[in-house]
Amino acid sequence: MSARILHIASNTFREAVRDRVLYNLIAFAVLMSGAAILVGQISINIERLVVINLGLTAISLFGIVIAIFIGIGLVSKEIDKRTLYTVLSRPVRRWEFIAGKFCGLGGTLVVNTICMAVGIFAALLYIWPHHLQASDTSILVALYFIILQFLIITALALLFSSFSSPLLSAIFAFALFVIGTFSEDLRGFAQMTHGAERWLATAAAYMVPNISALNVIAQVAHEQQIPGQLIVLNTAYALVYSFMALLGAVLIFERRNLK
Amino acid sequence: MPAIEIEKLEKNYSVGFLRKTLKRALHPLSLVVEQGEIFGFLGPNGAGKTTTLKMLMGLVFPTSGTARILGKSIDDAGVKAQIGFLPEQPYFYDYLTARELLNYYGQLSGVPGKERPQKIAAMLDRVGLRDAANMQLRKFSKGMLQRVGIAQAILHDPKVVFLDEPMSGLDPMGRREVRDVMEELKRAGKTVFFSTHILSDAEALCDRVAILHLGELRGVGAVADLTSSVRGNVEIVWKGTTVFPVMKALNATCYATGDTVRAVLPETNQDAAIDAIRRERARLVSVTPVRASLEDYFVEKVKKIEAGMGAKA
Repeated sequence: MSARILHIASNTFREAVRDRVLYNLIAFAVLMSGAAILVGQISINIERLVVINLGLTAISLFGIVIAIFIGIGLVSKEIDKRTLYTVLSRPVRRWEFIAGKFCGLGGTLVVNTICMAVGIFAALLYIWPHHLQASDTSILVALYFIILQFLIITALALLFSSFSSPLLSAIFAFALFVIGTFSEDLRGFAQMTHGAERWLATAAAYMVPNISALNVIAQVAHEQQIPGQLIVLNTAYALVYSFMALLGAVLIFERRNLK
Repeated sequence: MPAIEIEKLEKNYSVGFLRKTLKRALHPLSLVVEQGEIFGFLGPNGAGKTTTLKMLMGLVFPTSGTARILGKSIDDAGVKAQIGFLPEQPYFYDYLTARELLNYYGQLSGVPGKERPQKIAAMLDRVGLRDAANMQLRKFSKGMLQRVGIAQAILHDPKVVFLDEPMSGLDPMGRREVRDVMEELKRAGKTVFFSTHILSDAEALCDRVAILHLGELRGVGAVADLTSSVRGNVEIVWKGTTVFPVMKALNATCYATGDTVRAVLPETNQDAAIDAIRRERARLVSVTPVRASLEDYFVEKVKKIEAGMGAKA
């Protein structure tokens, strides 16, 4: 990775920290503390399930909101405020700028997720002291898949941000996330249709990000094992999808006049 | 090798809902700037100065034409290590301190990590921001931001420096400091290419200037050469009479204070005016040529263009 990408990524991370993006950790800490205390009082033997479900879902939602709302401004804000002028007038290539921004926001989301993961394990230890079990390692797999979701959504937000207004970019990215969570249903629907409709539905099903395949929260909460093959396939899928979205962003941004 | 070579650089924008209407921002522009020059790029707002600078910086793509900086195409990212750029009304990452911002730009420009802290400290000193080095830019005044802007443009010791309206919004002291920095750069053998619509700044600083109006180049040359083409005036002061009628016939503009009269008139009428003063038995105090300013040259050019456009219409 070029040093310039690292510098841009580190500046993007610093911007997120100074703009108090990580303050969402406070809200998450309050949520997990409340859940750990309340669940112990109102539920019998399902505390673990509730804490894992609630914790992982909260991590996913907080992260997606950050990925979309920061991601859509990564390029457009720099153009609007003209901060990009003094960056691109240096020996920085446009693709390096996009890659740096992606890595910076990706890094922010990874740090955010790690902090929240600590919160989940702390809550589990609180409700069930000294009883972390081997199956709890699958929580790490679920967290890894959530991070893969963030990478895809960040890449999409960057893609939209490279040619569209922040509002439209947010709508597009959020819509794709929502459709992506139902992508299995979309594929099922495609198989039920015929002719041109089938082609269209299949194309649409493969265009939207397959977020549902990256959501294993329910399985993990019910202590089901996640197959190694799924980890490999999901990793490859997320990397290829993110790369394609970033490539689109770069191709558009390379041709853009910065008025 | 010239510092900057611009060859038929042209920019058209598509405008309108269907983007079918073409708006010409810059007519084909050809220009050569030699190394070590302070070159002024002059013109009123909307003349095409910023568009030209953005094309040279690779921020906007030309419709046609080419440009080279230090012999290399502007598409070559490597040449950018040799140039510095201050945009018009610059805005920087306001969550950073001045020191952090310069460090970031130093990293992007490839300034080695070992040299960076010393260079940054020296640069902050040079632009008078040593005491504000650790203050976030969101607390900076406009003048302070302009100083940071100059610092980031020259931190990496570039050979060619592009400044877009560097004096805009500065108080007289700030303008003086920017002028001093530009003169220092020239003494260090750097090339400075700066755009401005403040003609007095250009007149005081530039070896050569180019004048742009409505996206078209209207003149290039040394300030003295350009202004010598403007019809000269002469100022005559005398005592002892009031303004007499023959002066009006000689196209003189007269200002009387007590029994002293100051008249400004075309130098072609100078002898006739002095003869008239002698005939009136007034006491001649002084005869001073009034040097045409860049502003006079500029106004005359613009008037000619507008008259030409009016005649065509």
